[in-house]
Amino acid sequence: VGTWLEKQRNLMDFALSSLVRRKLKNLGLLALYTLIVFLLASVMFFTHALRREALLVLEGAPEITVQRVVAGRHDLMPTPYVAMIEDIRGVASVQTRLWGYYYDGVVGANYTLLVPPGTSPTARRDDPHGPGETPAVEGEAGPPTSPVGSLVGSLVADLDLGALAPGTIVIGAGVARMQHRQTGDTMAFRASDGSLLPLRVGAVFSSASELVSSDLIVLTEPDFRRLFGIARDYVTDVTVSVRNPREVAMVAGKISRQLPDTRPIVRDEILRTYDSVFNWRSGILVVILSAAVLAFVIFAWDKASGLSAAERREIGILKAIGWETGEVIQMKFWEGATVSLAAFFAGVILAYVHVFFTSAAVFAPVLRGWSVLYPAFDLTPFVSVEQLITLFFLTVVPYAVATMVPAWRAATIDPDAAMRQAE
Amino acid sequence: MRKSTIFLTSLAMEVGVLGLLLGRAASVATAEHTRLRHEAELVATLGLSDLCLFTEARYTRHLSQADLSTAFQDHPLSLDHFPSGSLVPPPARQSGSLVPAPRRHSASLVRPPARR
Repeated sequence: VGTWLEKQRNLMDFALSSLVRRKLKNLGLLALYTLIVFLLASVMFFTHALRREALLVLEGAPEITVQRVVAGRHDLMPTPYVAMIEDIRGVASVQTRLWGYYYDGVVGANYTLLVPPGTSPTARRDDPHGPGETPAVEGEAGPPTSPVGSLVGSLVADLDLGALAPGTIVIGAGVARMQHRQTGDTMAFRASDGSLLPLRVGAVFSSASELVSSDLIVLTEPDFRRLFGIARDYVTDVTVSVRNPREVAMVAGKISRQLPDTRPIVRDEILRTYDSVFNWRSGILVVILSAAVLAFVIFAWDKASGLSAAERREIGILKAIGWETGEVIQMKFWEGATVSLAAFFAGVILAYVHVFFTSAAVFAPVLRGWSVLYPAFDLTPFVSVEQLITLFFLTVVPYAVATMVPAWRAATIDPDAAMRQAE
Repeated sequence: MRKSTIFLTSLAMEVGVLGLLLGRAASVATAEHTRLRHEAELVATLGLSDLCLFTEARYTRHLSQADLSTAFQDHPLSLDHFPSGSLVPPPARQSGSLVPAPRRHSASLVRPPARR
């Protein structure tokens, strides 16, 4: 074993000397190779981490969301629909949701405005006033009775539990950053009737939850209805929980049959949407990357398959001075392996730093698109050995094969012919 | 010093750095578990359905809630024009079917308008 190892080291020494002789060309190859591994690994790490995070976080998303669709567009849902859905066998509970978008013309950003479910009077079927009859009087809601207060408390520093009284809002960290607002400040919104609606910032969501709450503005139902001019007997949509989780698809089917102008969206669909978001088989990143990979393949193939005249002569001389075909191939193997391994590890390390230390700074401009408000989130590094093995087989093995085959062809011809051909 | 020694030492250093990063990934993932749990609780309590990734358009902000005719959202000849629309594949569901469609990833880079 010792002799074999020593022989391999000698071959490696020779291969490295051979690489150093063509320094510029091989450094270029190494840099390009590292860049390709870096890009592929970055996409792989980023998409995997994002998908994993989405699946973990969105596990708690509503089991079924029911939207009303009018002329192909999402429309407000009349509250009598709630009772009709509740009467469907298999439905455990129905909650109304009030949410929408607000475009801030000053900074050009879109916010998502949301009333916490369970706090709105229309959400409670056992409400003595009944749906749509509760007067939206200022100060009526008082401190929130839902778990929102305590939950927000765990995510927001220094929050008093009365943060969600009418006239106050809880804002996402992205909104706070963009508007330079903090707890106690006031934000003015232009209501649907043109009047200004000032709302006090009761609390700010922790930046740790920015991936889900960056653009959120949580407010009370009276404020929401006043801002958008939505009548009390309408809600944005409803969420449905089902008694038996295996019956979700069946209940969704029943809802769409009973209320043909609605569209149920089941949680599984939401999770699948995020499972396929940034799927690296689709999207422009892959188009860009595939062009880069193709360029590299052509470059590597050209370099590897078309052995230069000097390399052919070198092989001829080596064989003439007594090297065996196997030894020539082993030497060529080490040439390819040293470049491949160095590029692979360097590319993977750079990709890790890029995705998890710089929050994928290279991809950010593409991901940001035209979003004015973009969440500042750090992805949890979900990196597995399987990913690295896949990457290894995608990058190192093809290059090794591309290098070995022409070397084997050159090494098997007669040394005299090899030297003559080279001239 | 032999060239192979220099190469093997630098390779070992690269492997060592990668090992440290993988170790860090494992420990950070454990530490981040609490944050993810809080986020999941927030999602459950507020009834959220989507990640805040792209705020440029309503159908990219709430990918799972986008209506099926999103591609023509502004007027009949208005095709999807937001950059992030190019990054996300069409929804897995099939238009017209309200029951979840079988899992399927589209390899197509062009989004058929009728399926948004």
